[in-house]
Amino acid sequence: MQYVIVLIVLAVVVYTISAPLRAQRSAAGGPDPVAELEAARDAKYREIRDAELDVRTGKLSDEDYESLDTTLRTEAIEILNKLDQAREGEELPSAP
Amino acid sequence: MAAVGRLLLIFGLIAAVYGFVASVYGARGGGPAWVDSGRRAMYSMAGMSAIAFVILDIAFLSSDFSYNIVATGSSTTTPTLYRMAAIWATQQGSLLLWVLLLSGWSSLALFLTRHKVREIVPYAQAVLFALAAFFAALIVFFANPFATSSTPPAEGAGLDPLLRHTTMMIHPPMLYSGYTLLMVPFAFAIGALVTGRLSAEWIQVTRRFALAAWLCLGIGVILGARWSYTELGWGGYWAWDPVENAALMPWLVATAYIHSIMIQEKRGMLKVWNASLILLTGTLAIVGDFLVRSGILSSIHAFVSDPTLNTAFVALIAVMVIGSVWLVIWRREALRTEAQLDTLFSREGVFLVQNLVLVALTAVIFWLTFFPLISEAITGTQVSVGPSAFRPFVVPLAIAVVALAGIGPIIPWRRMTPAKVRRTFAFPVLAAVVAAIALAFVSGVTNHLLAYAMFIFGTFVVATVAQEFFRGVRARQAMTSERAPVALVGLVRRNRRRYGGYLVHAGVAIALIGVAASTSFQHSRTANLLPGQSVHLDGYDIRYVKPTASATPQKISFGANLAISRNGKHIETLHTEYGLYPSQDPMHQIGRFFESGDGASAESRIGLDAGLTHDIWTVISPNIQPLQSTINRGDVVLGRAINKALTLPAAQRNQELSTLYQYRDVIIRALTQRYINHPWSTSFLLIVSPLVTWLWLGAILAVLGGLIALWPMPGAGRRRPRPRVVAPAPELKTEPASERVLV
Repeated sequence: MQYVIVLIVLAVVVYTISAPLRAQRSAAGGPDPVAELEAARDAKYREIRDAELDVRTGKLSDEDYESLDTTLRTEAIEILNKLDQAREGEELPSAP
Repeated sequence: MAAVGRLLLIFGLIAAVYGFVASVYGARGGGPAWVDSGRRAMYSMAGMSAIAFVILDIAFLSSDFSYNIVATGSSTTTPTLYRMAAIWATQQGSLLLWVLLLSGWSSLALFLTRHKVREIVPYAQAVLFALAAFFAALIVFFANPFATSSTPPAEGAGLDPLLRHTTMMIHPPMLYSGYTLLMVPFAFAIGALVTGRLSAEWIQVTRRFALAAWLCLGIGVILGARWSYTELGWGGYWAWDPVENAALMPWLVATAYIHSIMIQEKRGMLKVWNASLILLTGTLAIVGDFLVRSGILSSIHAFVSDPTLNTAFVALIAVMVIGSVWLVIWRREALRTEAQLDTLFSREGVFLVQNLVLVALTAVIFWLTFFPLISEAITGTQVSVGPSAFRPFVVPLAIAVVALAGIGPIIPWRRMTPAKVRRTFAFPVLAAVVAAIALAFVSGVTNHLLAYAMFIFGTFVVATVAQEFFRGVRARQAMTSERAPVALVGLVRRNRRRYGGYLVHAGVAIALIGVAASTSFQHSRTANLLPGQSVHLDGYDIRYVKPTASATPQKISFGANLAISRNGKHIETLHTEYGLYPSQDPMHQIGRFFESGDGASAESRIGLDAGLTHDIWTVISPNIQPLQSTINRGDVVLGRAINKALTLPAAQRNQELSTLYQYRDVIIRALTQRYINHPWSTSFLLIVSPLVTWLWLGAILAVLGGLIALWPMPGAGRRRPRPRVVAPAPELKTEPASERVLV
C-alpha cells in the first residue's frame, strides 16, 4: 500500500513537471521592456501621490510642490510614451 | 510510513536538482517550456515536502517511537500541542521544516511572477532550487528525519521542558519563515545581476516577500524574547546570545533594505547598495541557520554540533559570499545610479544615513557575536562576550536609528525648504523637549544619559507619527468631508505602505523606550527567605507566604506563593515554581525525579505581575538539598528491592515491581509533603523593572503596522488593462480615475 502511494505521487509529479515540455506552450521568454516600463510607471505614480500627500500634510510648500509635481509628471509622461512605443513594438510581430 | 517519507524526500531532492538544471537550460536557450517545467518542479517539491512533514507529525502525535527523532524528542506524557511542535525541536525535523517553508514560499513567489520579469525568473528559480537542493540533500544524506529503530523504546525521552511554552509553537516557524522568505529577494537579486536587468522591477515583484520576511523575523525575535523572559528564569528578555543575534542581524539589514529600495524605486539610486544589502541579508539568514545548527558558539538555543553539517554550511556560505561579491563587481557599471542626491536633508538622505547606521549596528553585532571564534583562532582561547560588551556600541547606534525614524516621516522626498522645517518639526520637537524637561524631574533618570536620550527621541518619534496621522486625516477630511474615524480608515487604506510604516516606527520607538527603561532602571536582588519573611525592593514588600509542592508521574514541582504589597496595601499574590522532569536513570529510582542543575530536565515558572508602569518578576530556586540524604537512602533500598524482584519468575516479578513502584510514588509524595510541612530557607530572584510591557505593546504595534504595509492595495490586482496614453506634457491625464483621490 505504501509503495502504491509513492507511485501515485511520483506519477502526479512526473505528469505535472513534464506538462509544459509535452505541450510546448509557454509564455515567451526574453526581455520584457513593457513590464519594466510598467514598473517604472507605477513607481512614478506612487511618487506623484506621495508628493501630493506631502503638500496636503504640510511638508512641501506650494511652490516646491508645483515644481516637483511638474518634474514628476514630465518624467511620468516620458515613461508613458516609452511604454506606448514598447507596446506598439510588441504588437507589430503579430500584425498580419 | 517512514519509507514513504524517506522516498518523498529523495524525490524532492531529485525534483530540486532537475528544477535547477531545467531553469538554467531554459534560460540559456532551451526555451521557456523548460523554465515552466522547472517551476512546476518547485510546486512538486513543496507538495512532497508537505506530505513528508505530515507523515512525520503524525508519528509525533501518535508517539511512534520507532522513529528515532520521535523517541528522542517526544514522549507519551508530552502534551498533544507540544508533540506537534516537537518536530522542529530536533535537528532533522527542523531541517524538514526549512525545506517545506523554502519550497512553499519559493512556489508562491514563482507562481506570482510567472508572467513577470521573464528574463530574471529562470535564474532566480535556479538559485532557489540550488538552495532547496542543498537543504534537501542534508536531510536525505546526513540528517534523515525518517530514520527508524527496529527495537523502539517503550517511552520517549520527551520534549525539553524549556520548550514547553506556547511561544515555541510559533517562534521557530516564524524565524524559519523569515529566513526562507528572504531567499526570494536574494534569488531575484542574483537573477537581476546575472541578466543585467537592474531596474526596480525585480525589487517591486519581491518587495512583499522582503516585507513578509522582515515581519516574520521580527515576530520570531520578539516571541523568542518573550519566551526568554517568561521561561528561562534569569529575568531578562535579551542576552545577546549568538542565536538571538543570528536572527537580529538579517532583520536589521532587511530593515535597511526595505527602506533603501524605496529610493531605487523612486529615484533609480542606490542600485549597488540595494543589491549588496539583499545579498548580505540572504547570506546572514544562512549564517543564522548555521549558528543554530552548528553549535560552534555556545548557546542554549543551538542544536548539538554536527561536523558534517558544519562543513556543508561553511561551504554554502563561502559560495554565497564569493558569488555575491563577484556579481556586484561584475555588474558595477550597470549598477550606476540614475540620479543624484539633491540634499542630505531629504527623505532619501535620511534613509541613506539610517541605512548606514543599521549596517554599522549589524557589523558591531556580527563582530562581537563571532569574537569568541576570532579570539580562539588567534590566541587559542575562546573569549566569552557578554551583554556589557554590546551595550556601549549598540545603544548609541539604536538611539541614532530611533532619531532618524522620527525625522524620516516628516520630511519629503528630494528636498525640504527651510520654511517648512519649522512647521513640520515644531510639534515633535516641542513634545521631545517637554518630555526631556518632565523626565529631568524624575529621580535618577538623568543619571542614565543614554536611556534619557532614548526616552526623548522615542517621544519625538511617537509625536511625529501622531502628527502625520492627524494631518493626513485632516487633509482627507478637507477633500471628502468624512468624519475623523472614517477619514482615518480611508487614509490608511489608500496609503498602506506609508501609514503602516509610520505605525512600525512608533512601535519600535515604544519598544525601545521599554528596553531602555527596563535595563537602566531595573531593581533586582536574590533573597533567601523562610515562610513569613519579607524583603523590600523598589518600594514593594515581597513576602514569602508559603511553600507549595506537587508530584505527578511527569513532573515534580516545588513552588512558593509570594504576597506583593506597597505601602501596606496588598497588590497581588504571585506563584512561582520550579519543575523537575524525571530522567530515565534506572539506577536512581527516586533520585531521578529530583535531579537538578546542569543537564537536568527542569523548568522555571515565573511569578509575574505585569503592568503598564512596572513588572514584578519572581522566580524560585528551591533548595532540595535537605531531602538528599532521604533520596539517596531510598535509591539504595528501592534499587536493592527492584534488583531482587527482577530475579523472580515473570508473573511474580511484575506484581512485585508494581508494588515497589507504588511504594516509590508514596515516598516521592512524602518527600514533597516534607518540603511543605518542614520548609527551610528558599532562594528567590526578585526583579522590579519599569516599562517592560511597553516592549511587548510596541512590538504588537509594529507587527500591526507591518501587516498594514504588507496588505495589498485595494484594486492593486485590477490595474490591467491600462488606459492607452496620449497626453501633452506637462499635464498628466492618464492616471486611472481611482487614483485621482490621492489622500
